[in-house]
Amino acid sequence: MNVELKNINKHFGKVHANKDITLNIPSGTIQGILGENGAGKSTLMKILSGFIQADSGSQIILDGKSVVMNSPADAIQYGIGMLHQDPLDFPPMKILDNFLLGIPGSFFPNRKEATQDFNLLAKEYGFSLDPENYVDSLTVGERQQLEIMRLLFLGVRVFILDEPTTGISAAQKEKLFTTLKKFPEQAMTVIFVSHKLEDVESLCDRVAVLRAGQLVGTLNPPYQTKKIVEMMFGKEITLGERKPANVGEPVLSFDNISLEDARLRIKNINLEVREHEVIGLAGMEGSGQDLFMRACAGLVRPVGGKIQLKGQDLSGKSYHAFKQVGVNFLPAARLEEGLIPGLSLTDHFILAEQPRGIFIDRIAGQRLAEERIQSFNIRGTPLSPIESLSGGNQQRAELALLQNPLSLILLEHPTRGLDIESVIYIWSKLKERCHHGTSIIFISSDLEEILQYSDRVLVFFSGKVSQPLDANKTSVEELGQLIGGKGWAEIGDTHA
Amino acid sequence: MLKSRFSGLLFQLIALALSFGVVSLILISIDASPSEAFRNMFKGSFGEMRKFAEVLVAFVPLLLVTAGLLVTFSAGLWNIGVEGQVVLGAIATTWVYRYFLESDLPPALIITLAILGGMIGGAIWAAFTGILKVFGGVNEIFGGLGLNFVATALTIYLIFGPWKRPGVASMSGTIPFPDEFSLPLIENLRISPWALGIALIAIIIVFFLLQGTYFGLKLKAVGKNFRAAYLLGIPTWQYSMYSFLICGALAGLAGAMQVAAVYHRLIPSISSGYGYLGLMVAMLINYQAIWAIPVALFFAALNIGSIQLPIVMKLDSSLSGVLQGVLVLFALLVEGARQKFIKKGQNT
Ligand SMILES: Nc1ncnc2c1ncn2[C@@H]1O[C@H](COP(=O)(O)OP(=O)(O)OP(=O)(O)O)[C@@H](O)[C@H]1O
Ligand SMILES: [Mg+2]
Repeated sequence: MNVELKNINKHFGKVHANKDITLNIPSGTIQGILGENGAGKSTLMKILSGFIQADSGSQIILDGKSVVMNSPADAIQYGIGMLHQDPLDFPPMKILDNFLLGIPGSFFPNRKEATQDFNLLAKEYGFSLDPENYVDSLTVGERQQLEIMRLLFLGVRVFILDEPTTGISAAQKEKLFTTLKKFPEQAMTVIFVSHKLEDVESLCDRVAVLRAGQLVGTLNPPYQTKKIVEMMFGKEITLGERKPANVGEPVLSFDNISLEDARLRIKNINLEVREHEVIGLAGMEGSGQDLFMRACAGLVRPVGGKIQLKGQDLSGKSYHAFKQVGVNFLPAARLEEGLIPGLSLTDHFILAEQPRGIFIDRIAGQRLAEERIQSFNIRGTPLSPIESLSGGNQQRAELALLQNPLSLILLEHPTRGLDIESVIYIWSKLKERCHHGTSIIFISSDLEEILQYSDRVLVFFSGKVSQPLDANKTSVEELGQLIGGKGWAEIGDTHA
Repeated sequence: MLKSRFSGLLFQLIALALSFGVVSLILISIDASPSEAFRNMFKGSFGEMRKFAEVLVAFVPLLLVTAGLLVTFSAGLWNIGVEGQVVLGAIATTWVYRYFLESDLPPALIITLAILGGMIGGAIWAAFTGILKVFGGVNEIFGGLGLNFVATALTIYLIFGPWKRPGVASMSGTIPFPDEFSLPLIENLRISPWALGIALIAIIIVFFLLQGTYFGLKLKAVGKNFRAAYLLGIPTWQYSMYSFLICGALAGLAGAMQVAAVYHRLIPSISSGYGYLGLMVAMLINYQAIWAIPVALFFAALNIGSIQLPIVMKLDSSLSGVLQGVLVLFALLVEGARQKFIKKGQNT
């Protein structure tokens, strides 16, 4: 389907999030959308998919016909479907039920027929999903596959994907790309929003760049990364240099720790994390790294072994006890676990400081908020409700909640949804904390990020943990192998 | 900001007009004159000092219950059990009075103890709902509803059992307490300035608790996102419990006022449904403490004003209930419409 956006404008109060955007996307193309955090990408996509309405005067033209969409259901009627940046789903449901959602005339669905359709579709695209399983048991990548199938089944001809590659494994990403590349053959259109230039470069037929709500230009292959970056930020960006840390006193030590959850068992981890050190955790989603991280935070109790923090035995202690010793944990699901929709930025910063006393010091709160907003470069005001920030700015807000000083910072996908410039900036801030003695443990699905910023790397593979690998002596290739379960004999895991 | 608040007020006024419209239609359909009915209701509530005093008598427990509910609503809890908490407050107050019936302590002290007893009684009853919720995983709506039935049954049992009047037990309640056990009333009227003062102080305290204290902010955080609040370091389940205790104490205080200032004894329907009515007020004001006073007063006036109707116009007094219910529905409806309107327009 041919999609034409004409003079799209959108105001949120004083914020002019989309400024007169005109863009023509021919049928059968994969269109990339790039832009720094808060550039207006999600806003534009939400307008096209009926989630929000543009200001009057804006026009959406599908195959030559001007249309008005008042809801996502309208958009689906016209054949436009969207995968959201922060997935909206219904966790405690069966996959089949989720699949059937929103299908017209499905008041009394024929489950048998639906199961057949489901399996057929899954086979066509090579997804292995069991329709009788529950949605909450799926990884982010699998939820994405389910959502794609649902939209396909609804007859969607235009697929919008808002940052679909953060938080999924390399293999899932490959599968996603193979799927998407098939769409143009059937005259379907794909619109792909991302911060990962290499993804856009390898997938998209054309790219549009937004900055501060405006369309600054479009590009065709072959792409020059430097040119794209310049268009996005208005300047050149270079990666900082790696500097090895001078490690100090031990901060966290794991002594024969064993962990367990419903799916996984990790035995006898021994590890010592020292001051100034950054440890990266690599592994496919659900390989045990999230369990490990929650044990470091005191959210999961080990079934055996001893945890020490700054020389204090914290085995079996609560999350609050860990927090007391200076551990902060930032979860990946920012709107579900990290932030509180409905409260303002100021409220968040006040709460994160663990205030004592009775009466709120509003003036100090305001000052604190202004200072954090500035130092983390958040696009928003102290009174902005957290849900009104763009995805990347929510991420920055979450990072700005870290207390000071801290002994250990635990981060799940810390730069998820951040543009390249912000990634570099945020890491420079985190490294500064390390310089003052804090240690960091972080999970990332981006192996480049792990190699670039960690001193040592732990690899997880279905409950096995590798010896800490020196980040200087390993490579993306080696890590990739280990994540996939190959080459473990040569390095040996911790309990070997 | 200001604009959205203003439009909120405007839309609420529309809701008010709509609900009066609907009730008028109902009245017309049964051949009654709406204007006459509303005039009678107005006369019945504000027409003379004595009647206005009655409005205030109803206003006190309603405001106290609303104040309590604002706290549990902030914590994201639907404390339906508030009705039973009012009842338990009344029972506890009665118990303290009975305990000191023969004592030589100064009456002022006994009244104070009885009121405190009522607050504790309500708080304990709320704590049951809280414990069921926090430790038993029972949704507070179901727990509260169950406990409401238990509370009513307990009142009846006490009135017809251990606390029955000498001679025959009756629906008119336990034997009235001596006059000196009553909170001082204004001469010739049934309203106690003390009760009124206590209710007003309670709502002011709740307002500042929610607006200006760390406690209130943390409570809101727990109410809006339990998981994130926990990770931010707020002791979440404790805060849920605190909110139940505070709401229970305020509901218990309402029950205590019913005994100490209004009925001077325990009667079967001691709470008169103020718990449920308070839920409506809290919903109507969209959980903003600042509107509690006018709206509670308005609801109390409707209740009292409609007492006139059966006598003067042969209409049922439940008309006020219809009006209140319709009003809440329209208010919610109109608020939904407003949110849509805001989204469509350019102002957030
Ligand atoms: N509901 C809202 N209310 C107020 N402002 C909003 C709202 N949604 C978005 N904005 C503002 O509009 C601007 C663009 O936001 P948008 O979410 O489109 O950015 P984005 O390009 O998707 O960024 P990111 O890469 O961080 O996800 C931001 O300044 C954001 O704060
Ligand atoms: Mg976005």
